[in-house]
Amino acid sequence: MESTLLAHHLGLAGLVFALGLVGVLVRRNLLVTYMCLELMLAAAMLALVAFSRHNGTMDGQALVFFVITVAAAEVAVGLALIVALQRRGGAVSSDRLDALGD
Amino acid sequence: MPDPLFVFFAALTLGGAALLVASRHPVTSAMGMILALLGIAAEFFLLDAYFLGVLQVLVYAGAVMVLFLFIIMLIDAPAAGGAYPWRRAGLGLGALALLGAGALLLAAEPSLARAAGPTPPELAATPEALATSAKAFGRTLWTKYTLPLQLAGLLLLAALVGVVSLSKAPRAAE
Repeated sequence: MESTLLAHHLGLAGLVFALGLVGVLVRRNLLVTYMCLELMLAAAMLALVAFSRHNGTMDGQALVFFVITVAAAEVAVGLALIVALQRRGGAVSSDRLDALGD
Repeated sequence: MPDPLFVFFAALTLGGAALLVASRHPVTSAMGMILALLGIAAEFFLLDAYFLGVLQVLVYAGAVMVLFLFIIMLIDAPAAGGAYPWRRAGLGLGALALLGAGALLLAAEPSLARAAGPTPPELAATPEALATSAKAFGRTLWTKYTLPLQLAGLLLLAALVGVVSLSKAPRAAE
């Protein structure tokens, strides 16, 4: 019973992670790409919590706490970067960010 | 047979994620993201991680997504195109990734359930301890993980300073 709980949640986490990966690969809009990155982080958090529940320890949950903290900081800085990018006249599209490729 | 609550919230999560990836308009994408995060928070509750579930709703589905929506409104993202929002060359890659993940899951699920096995006996007796999870969680954070906790605070401070300096008016930066 317990191990099927773990397997189901790991399966869900894998699917969500794959969807996030697809979004990162496929979408053009930088903001949507960024949200897909966050979705992949959330999937990893789900896997950590599932293992924490399975083993009956708190360490996985503590790690998830730190992931949430780092992700919040990362979102703040990343969005500020995107806004700065847009202010410099770039569009918010990953296809137009080719300055280094010229 | 999985828990019907698990099935419901898993469907919510996957639906939200699909909406996030597939939607043309960034605001709709953000709404899908909020749905997915709420679904994951509910799964946290099903896994007895009550404190993390609340944290997920407050920090992620609340603060972070409000920030995203705010930026979407601020920079008028639909102006990014009129172009088809999906990268056509990426579609193949995306389908490949999804197929690979699906195949991996199908192959791994039975062996995973077997390999994971029953909970190790020395750890087995703790669902009650986990059920009073906020207390146990706080104790873990403040004993075993005190230093990382302080560093996380430092990281948040650094992010705060970084964001302020990034978003100063360009003239001041020159």
